[in-house]
Amino acid sequence: MTPSPLPDRPDIYFAVAALLLAIGIFGLLRRRTLIGMLISGELIFSGASLNLMAFNRFKAPDPTVGQIFVLFIMGLAAAEIAIALSIIIAVYRNYRSVKTRDLSELNG
Amino acid sequence: MNSFPASTMIVGAIFLLSVATTVVGALIAALTARIIRSVCGLAICCIGLAGLYYFLHSPFLALMEILIYVGAVCVTIVFAVMLAEPDEPVRDEDPGSTVLWGGVALLVSVAIFWGLWHLGAHQNLAAPATRLTDGSVKAIGYSLLTTYSMAFELISLALLVAIIGALAIARTGRTKP
Repeated sequence: MTPSPLPDRPDIYFAVAALLLAIGIFGLLRRRTLIGMLISGELIFSGASLNLMAFNRFKAPDPTVGQIFVLFIMGLAAAEIAIALSIIIAVYRNYRSVKTRDLSELNG
Repeated sequence: MNSFPASTMIVGAIFLLSVATTVVGALIAALTARIIRSVCGLAICCIGLAGLYYFLHSPFLALMEILIYVGAVCVTIVFAVMLAEPDEPVRDEDPGSTVLWGGVALLVSVAIFWGLWHLGAHQNLAAPATRLTDGSVKAIGYSLLTTYSMAFELISLALLVAIIGALAIARTGRTKP
C-alpha cells in the first residue's frame, strides 16, 4: 500500500488545528492587552474552522454543510470583532488604557 | 493528472508551505511584543489557512478567508491599534512570576495540543461511501437558499445588529471638540 499524498492525510489538518487552538490559548493567557487577547481569540476561531473543514472533507457525506458552517463562523467572527473593538475603544476613552491590569474596577 | 513530472512532489511542497505559513503566522501573532506585528502575524496565518482550505477542496472558502480575515478583520484591528495605542506594557512585576505564568500558559497549551493530537491521530477516517453533492459554489448557493435560508437571514440580522451596536457603543463618551 503506497502512502497517500500529503494533502490527503487528515491527521496533518487535525495537528494544525490543534496547534492553532493551543497557540491561541497560550496567547490568551499571556497577553496583557485587550487587543492581543482578541487576536488570540481569532486564532482559536481559525482552529475550529480548520477542524470543521477537515471533517467536512474526509468524513461528511454532504460537503457543502461544513463550508456553510465555516462561512457562518466567519460572519459571526466579523460581528464579534466589530463589537469587541468598539467596546475596546470605549474602554480606552474612559480609562486611557487597554491593559488588563488597569481595568480592575470590578475587582473585589 | 500526473502528466507533469514530479507534480505530486510540487503539490506536497506547496501544501507544506501553507502549513508552515499557518503555524509561523500563529506563532508570530501569539509571541511578539508589539501588537502591530501580532496583527501582521494573524494576516499571515489567515493566508496560510486559505491555502489549507484550497487543499480541502473548497476554493470558495479560501477566497472568503482572505477577503474577510485579511481584508476586513485585520484592517479593523489596525484601526483600533491606531486609536488605542495598545502596546504590550513593560513588565513591572518581578521576573519570577512572569516566568511562572509563562510556564503555566505553555503547560496548558501543550497539554491541550497533546490531548487533541492523541484523539485525532488514532481515528479511523475512511472516506464516506457516497457523496450527495459535489461541494461546489453552486451547491453552496442552493443550500444557502433552501435548507439554510433561515440561518442565513438570522446571520444577516446578527451582522446588522452588530454594526448598529458597534456604532452606538463607540459613540458614547465622545466629547464635542
